[in-house]
Amino acid sequence: MAKAKDTVSRTLMVALVLSIVFSVVVSTAAVLLRPAQIQNQNLDIKTNILSAAGMLEQGASAEQIEQTFERFDVRLVDLDTGDFVEPSAVGVEDPMKYDMYKAASDPAMSTNIPASEDKAGIKRRPNIAKIYTLSENGDLVRVVLPVHGYGLWSTLYGFVSLEGDLNTIEGLGFYAHAETPGLGGEVDNPRWKQQWVGKELYADNPTEPQIRLVKGGVSSDTKDREHKIDALSGATLTSRGVEQLVNYWMGERGFAPFLKKLREGEV
Amino acid sequence: MAGASAKQVLFEPIFSNNPIALQILGICSALAVTTSMSVSIVMCLAVIAVTSFSSLAVSLVRAQIPGSIRIIVQMTIIASLVIVVDQILKAYAYEISKQLSVFVGLIITNCIVMGRAEGFAMTNPPLLSFLDGIGNGLGYSIILLFVAFFRELLGAGSLFGITLLPTVNDGGWYVTNGLLLLPPSAFFIIGLGIWALRAWKPEQVEEADYKMSRHTVKEAF
Repeated sequence: MAKAKDTVSRTLMVALVLSIVFSVVVSTAAVLLRPAQIQNQNLDIKTNILSAAGMLEQGASAEQIEQTFERFDVRLVDLDTGDFVEPSAVGVEDPMKYDMYKAASDPAMSTNIPASEDKAGIKRRPNIAKIYTLSENGDLVRVVLPVHGYGLWSTLYGFVSLEGDLNTIEGLGFYAHAETPGLGGEVDNPRWKQQWVGKELYADNPTEPQIRLVKGGVSSDTKDREHKIDALSGATLTSRGVEQLVNYWMGERGFAPFLKKLREGEV
Repeated sequence: MAGASAKQVLFEPIFSNNPIALQILGICSALAVTTSMSVSIVMCLAVIAVTSFSSLAVSLVRAQIPGSIRIIVQMTIIASLVIVVDQILKAYAYEISKQLSVFVGLIITNCIVMGRAEGFAMTNPPLLSFLDGIGNGLGYSIILLFVAFFRELLGAGSLFGITLLPTVNDGGWYVTNGLLLLPPSAFFIIGLGIWALRAWKPEQVEEADYKMSRHTVKEAF
């Protein structure tokens, strides 16, 4: 018996049959579950956008999230010129399908950031970004912008939501990071995130964001308190990363040209 | 292990022959996924599913597997099952699968799974192997949940995400223990757990590798 199953032909046969059977099992699972997975991923992104915009109700169902998200317009923006672009410019029909983080690794669709300017520590920046706007009765009331940058251990991905004046922060939230739990990981703490609400990005110069994360807390008599947020305790590098990534993305190389045009009604 | 009864293979691995506490296998994921109870439970279910079904599958084809490629055959079976479990989690438990991230995929390298396939399923009938897989999965789970209980309660002040000890960061009184949220803390908890288990069941204490011989020289030369 032991001899019979150890011949070369028998070994090859078993290996072949096994490979075929299990490739069928694995691919069936992958194909059948794909739609549910894509739905989950999309829902996840929408949930994060709504959460940054402060429009996510506790325990909202998938349908409620979809419904609220419907009110947003998904737009693509050329970061250099600050103009809106058609989805066809990036080769998609539905702007929702454009993945700016994938584009950031495609040389044709992204730009290298010189080390001296790379405050966010991201090395490459996509030329075109995906943003979300909310209008009510023809007036722009909310803009949600994607931001990302390096903290201590990981790249933090998140959204910043601005009010209609394109200066006041309405909320900020990170949906993917691997900072130290309990220290840098406190970027997810709702109480900390609450501090961002109502802060102002710019002072006099509309391309130079002034956000600072400061030690020791921000009280009502702190100078420039409209730009200052209490840094996370025990997480100097994560705090610095957050400060720099917000300032990078809201600055000259990020969304500042777009926000300027939008404010002046040019786009 | 020949002639073991169903009850034995199912319940022995929980305390008497625990894969983590006695055999010290599968420590990697026990450190990584035990920061919260809900994540740990999903990980446990995933591991139980993989160990039981891989043992079942290996046992079903054990008479056909040529000795020369048996390890790779077991790996293929295990890897396929892990991918299927990962896909299912992504489809039906997306939030938790995001937190588990690579650790679902790493079940492939969990020594418990491979150890049961090679050590038990290759020489035992399918049903018994299936139960053995579940038993070992349960043994793994009990340690994971034990570790996660302390890590989540003392590290984050909550259990299953429900706050029990309001933390200072949220305006409460409990100062969280940051160490418990980091992987090394699991070593301490597992260590203390093994100590407790061996105090209860002294037969698990290993014999010392060597014994100090008596000090015989009376004076220095």
